[in-house]
Amino acid sequence: MSFLELRNVMKRYGSLDAVRDFTLSVKRGEFVSLLGPSGCGKTTTLQMIAGFVEVTAGTIQLDGRDITRAKPNSRGLGIVFQSYALFPHMTVADNVSFGLEMRRVPKAERAARVEEALALVHLDKYAGRYPRELSGGQRQRVALARAIVIRPPVLLLDEPLSNLDAKLREAMQFELRDIQRKVGTTTVMVTHDQAEAFSISDRVVVMEAGRITQIDQPYRIYEHPETEFISRFVGKTNLLPGTVTASADGGATVSLAGIPVPVHGDGLGGGEAVVLCIRPEKLRLTAPGQGRVPGQVSDRFFLGSQWLYHVDGPLGTLMAVSPNDGEPPLEPGAPVGVDWSPRVVRLLRGGLPASAPTLEELE
Amino acid sequence: MSAVAASPAPDPPAAPRPRAVPHLLAGPATLLFAALVLTPLILTALLSLNEFEYATGRAHGFTLAHYAAVLGDPYYLEIFLRTFRVAALATGICVVIGVPEAYVLSRMRRPWRSVFLLVVLAPLLVSVVVRAFGWSMLLGPEGPVNDVLAVLGFGKKRMLYSEGTVVVALVHVMLPFMIIPVWTSLQKLDPAVEQAALSFGASRATAVLRVVAPQILPGILSGSLIVFGLSASAFAIPGLLGGRRLKMVATIVYDQYLSDLNWPLGAAVAVILLAANLIVMLTYHRVVEGHYRKRMG
Ligand SMILES: Nc1ncnc2c1ncn2[C@@H]1O[C@H](COP(=O)(O)OP(=O)(O)O)[C@@H](O)[C@H]1O
Ligand SMILES: [Mg+2]
Repeated sequence: MSFLELRNVMKRYGSLDAVRDFTLSVKRGEFVSLLGPSGCGKTTTLQMIAGFVEVTAGTIQLDGRDITRAKPNSRGLGIVFQSYALFPHMTVADNVSFGLEMRRVPKAERAARVEEALALVHLDKYAGRYPRELSGGQRQRVALARAIVIRPPVLLLDEPLSNLDAKLREAMQFELRDIQRKVGTTTVMVTHDQAEAFSISDRVVVMEAGRITQIDQPYRIYEHPETEFISRFVGKTNLLPGTVTASADGGATVSLAGIPVPVHGDGLGGGEAVVLCIRPEKLRLTAPGQGRVPGQVSDRFFLGSQWLYHVDGPLGTLMAVSPNDGEPPLEPGAPVGVDWSPRVVRLLRGGLPASAPTLEELE
Repeated sequence: MSAVAASPAPDPPAAPRPRAVPHLLAGPATLLFAALVLTPLILTALLSLNEFEYATGRAHGFTLAHYAAVLGDPYYLEIFLRTFRVAALATGICVVIGVPEAYVLSRMRRPWRSVFLLVVLAPLLVSVVVRAFGWSMLLGPEGPVNDVLAVLGFGKKRMLYSEGTVVVALVHVMLPFMIIPVWTSLQKLDPAVEQAALSFGASRATAVLRVVAPQILPGILSGSLIVFGLSASAFAIPGLLGGRRLKMVATIVYDQYLSDLNWPLGAAVAVILLAANLIVMLTYHRVVEGHYRKRMG
């Protein structure tokens, strides 16, 4: 049963549709992330749920109640702002207590709940400090405590970790997920970082230019991207345009630059233009002469746990990732074979759009 | 008063040269400050210590008699009290009107914000004297306000030459000096902080009082100091709207210099006004700033 429901929500700024046809239903207790490049309308969507941005068209329902036009201070949602927006003139405890005070929670209960919330984010020792006396990660946790202490029906997080350095961000991802599990609050998070969205969400909503392009579990989005945009935005990928030459039940043969490649897939017609998408970690580098296509290592990058190779061959330059298993890596110039299982090939119908964005543009 | 640069922390011995640079850079400002502010002040202070003779005017002996005369005379005391009362009232009213006005301005949409800011600042483009005459025409015995009162059956009221009129006119003149610093502080505020207060269930009034106001305290403080200082030493408005009867300190100084020709006494009044003004403003600054410092660091 859906708890938070957005139906055909739209926001127009002048002639720009910042958000269009946004339909999403979030279950109680679910953690949903809005993922997309900067400027695709994530914050606008979140602000419409929060009530700070007026909805141009469509409806938003919370637990069966229409809140499309409700005032922000009557929605009762817990919001963590991108800038944290802590009250700089109040102590940590007063910051957290503010929402309870506004709800006229009795003083004794207030103190107990503030303490509980601060303990949850490991800040019980900092109750008397002012925000300026805290580090970025601590401020972020105060913002979180302040939002969950009111026991909101929905928690809204706008890029909550983007101001933190990489190491802290990773630690906070798990902590955030942990706290959300403990409290069980329905959560909508905005992020432009796919790793962040994948590691903590139950479902991910991928947005592009104001519209939803895919809603799915993180694993499915990664493995079964529905558009070429998603396959590029979410992780690295090899995109190989080709033509269907022969099709049979449950499978087909696609010709890539003259090389026949078997793929899985139904209802493919002969002569259809398709794009094959293969993740770099699904490619295996073999001894020369073996595998499906020959190649030559042109470049290699050390990623710590993995090696990323660029392999030149008849299909252009392929990206392949091998685990760093302690063996010496391949040298640039080394001849190799490239192999993959037909199972891992994702097939996108229709050819590449003329102006496919490059990886750099998406980052 | 930062013209005299604070000397930097002791440099490491290896770099002796840059030490003089800050002083040199502060030099022109220091000179200007000394020539335009300190010199007249010192001359005034010296003048206030000179003896006065009716026959010859200023004489050169040293005396504290003028200070004794001013401080011991209830007439002057009353004028000082009136001046500070009027200045405090004008400042208070400027806070009450100016702060909300600046807030509303800062929350306006794009084109309107600039338009209304211009409207607020426009009075600054008109001379104080002209504005004072405007008020005296408006409130005079034959002015439109009295006409309206007469039509409504209240009868004519004498509004000129009263403390209230001086306060109203001062507020009108000083309001931009309150609005500008408050507006500046508001611009520096993260709008999300107010949104956060709203999202936690605060009404707009509560959000403004509990979250916005404490953060723009420095702006309110500077605005109040400017308005108070300018009001307490205002000359044109009390001179034109207070008339001969309702004296304020600045008009008394003027009288002493130009009517009684008792320059030393006038100088003594001016010095006392300066000292009293400084004490009031520094105390106010300390209290408000201390309050703010304690929490905002
Ligand atoms: N107040 C506004 N007025 C006009 N355009 C806006 C406003 N807020 C956002 N936009 C535009 O809407 C689009 C989506 O913005 P936003 O939701 O902030 O993107 P994201 O959070 O995904 O980076 C952007 O093109 C942005 O320029
Ligand atoms: Mg954003």
